[in-house]
Amino acid sequence: MVTIYDGKPGLSRRELLKRGSIGALLVISGSAVISPEQAWGLETSALKPETMATLIQVARDIYPHDQVPDKYYAIAVKGHDETAAKDPAHKELIEKGIADLDSKAGKGGYRGLGWEEQRVALLTEIEKTPFFQAVRGGLVVSLYNQKEVWPIFGYEGESYSKGGYIARGFNDIEWL
Amino acid sequence: MAAQFDLKNDGVVVIIGSGAGGGTLGNELAQKGIDVVILEAGARHEYEDFINDEWESFAQLAWKDKRTTSGDWRVAKDFPNLPAWIVKSVGGSTTHWAGASLRFQEHEFKTLSTYGKQAGANLLDWPISLAEMEPYYAKAEAKMGVTGTNDWPRLPGNNNFKVLKAGADKLGYKECHTGNMAINSVERDDRNSCQQTGFCFQGCKWGAKWSTLYTEIPKGEATGHLEVRPNAMVIKINHDAKGKVTGVVYADKDGKLQEQKARIVAVAGNSIESPRLLLNSQSSKFPHGLANSSGQVGKNYMRHTTGSVYAVFDKPVHMYRGTTMAGIIRDEARHDPSRGFVGGYEFETLSLGLPFMAAFLNPGGWGRSFTTALDHYDNMAGLWIVGEDMPREENRITLHADEKDEHGMPIADVHFDDHPNDTAMRNHAYKQASALYDAVGATRTFPTPPYPSTHNLGTNRMSEKAEHGVVNKHGQTHDIKNLFVSDGSQFTTGAAENPTLTIVSLAIRQADYIAAQMSARSI
Repeated sequence: MVTIYDGKPGLSRRELLKRGSIGALLVISGSAVISPEQAWGLETSALKPETMATLIQVARDIYPHDQVPDKYYAIAVKGHDETAAKDPAHKELIEKGIADLDSKAGKGGYRGLGWEEQRVALLTEIEKTPFFQAVRGGLVVSLYNQKEVWPIFGYEGESYSKGGYIARGFNDIEWL
Repeated sequence: MAAQFDLKNDGVVVIIGSGAGGGTLGNELAQKGIDVVILEAGARHEYEDFINDEWESFAQLAWKDKRTTSGDWRVAKDFPNLPAWIVKSVGGSTTHWAGASLRFQEHEFKTLSTYGKQAGANLLDWPISLAEMEPYYAKAEAKMGVTGTNDWPRLPGNNNFKVLKAGADKLGYKECHTGNMAINSVERDDRNSCQQTGFCFQGCKWGAKWSTLYTEIPKGEATGHLEVRPNAMVIKINHDAKGKVTGVVYADKDGKLQEQKARIVAVAGNSIESPRLLLNSQSSKFPHGLANSSGQVGKNYMRHTTGSVYAVFDKPVHMYRGTTMAGIIRDEARHDPSRGFVGGYEFETLSLGLPFMAAFLNPGGWGRSFTTALDHYDNMAGLWIVGEDMPREENRITLHADEKDEHGMPIADVHFDDHPNDTAMRNHAYKQASALYDAVGATRTFPTPPYPSTHNLGTNRMSEKAEHGVVNKHGQTHDIKNLFVSDGSQFTTGAAENPTLTIVSLAIRQADYIAAQMSARSI
């Protein structure tokens, strides 16, 4: 079971930072990954919360959109925790895949690498692996099919209920 | 009132498939008072049920049954079990199609004579000419409400079209307009006019785009001579000792096998399912499948030489607003071998929503090169390349050796290799389209690989001589007089134009022929 918590996760930011160990971005607390900055949390049931935190970073490194908050990457990968809960083979695929990235990264692990280029270099090494393929293949739907992210890209989605665009700018281009 | 026919009624015409070919043929026959049963593998969703959401709509309408692929086309790598993006629903792919309705050019019915023999290609002249087709094209355009014909105005141009037009002008292209679209530009035929909603591929929720679902089929049903049976997946065509077909076996909505008797059977399941069914209907009398004495069933699979070019600008475009494909440049559709290839291609406006753009822009792509393209989604314009591809015997539909579907029918394998002519044409089109967008100030362009095939053609080709193909000029199989093919699999060659108008025209023509043959008691 994975729960996304909106709003205050219950612990103060200071407390979270004390318990956590991964720097400023995401905090591990019990079985949850928490973003104190943005007040959301993701509780894991099968995968280790550290694994989930790394997976969120991997997701961002695969499809980096600087204007898209972590929360949407977390939602995009939470399906792996749900699948892992039902399928031990999937759990092993993800846990081993992340452990492998951590060991390739050396001391401090994958999330300890400060520059995207350093992390992408590791991902490039493993891009043919079933682990990478499973993560990337799922993400292309689970990230971009979130209606909440569409406005960030300027995509307006469903239009029939608004009467289409016949009176809403289907031909409003002005710069040509 | 829709008819209901008994399974044992052997006087009916059974049509397999309810799309452009099957749906049209069914109505045309019903209008002549001929009893018709259309068996449709998919469910019936009326147009108010359509969904303005790419993945949800795909789940509702697409033919998702597993197929396998082989060959050097990139689809085999990126979408190994989804070679085609077509529909399993009443109305078939006329629910999903964009509406572009173009007549073939005269030379495209005579490719072998015009292009000459091309190594590695199985070119052949059609047994029909443009002149013979013209009256049927006219009937189809009138039926479908094609803009730019019969005094119907063309659709207004959307933002994506305006970018295309500006680029076409800069490059000196002369024939650029909003197309000949089977989408109502004015209310007609008791249907709405286009509301510029987008989502043409997801089924038109206004019913403005022609689809057999809400035109041919209800009109045919109103005659009392047409029954459409949804959720009926045909798995075999039966025949008697003389080799005449006698009926079809289908799995009904509960998966139970039924046999519908028939006087005539017309196959219209699109170019993957139609040959699959003929091949699967093999018997001791026809060990290589029905209508396959030529060995051509399943061969010469064509998918058009396609590709897209998207471009990013420094200012907004909002290409997804409005009619998806109402925009065309026809200048490159001519046959001009000085460009390095035979045949020609069209440019047509195209857009995908964000979810499908992510899936199709560069399948498998990741990292900033990929994501910075999507970051400027709202500043993007796009077009589709659709050109004539070379028929090749090796490009073919076969029955999978071991894998079967839930009814025990072998699944289809789709093999496709690009011919060098296809590759040369695509590269020419990529270059021209990039130049077009650069001319209007694109900051970056993306030559995008072909999507899973929407135009599936040629696998039961029409030929003058029985040894060269599967059906004659009326779509009647050379081998079996009361067995017809009524979809795009009849195409001898593919031409540069979107195929639906030609499929509909052939179906109207075929209905006249079937009715005449029936009254003469020759079938």
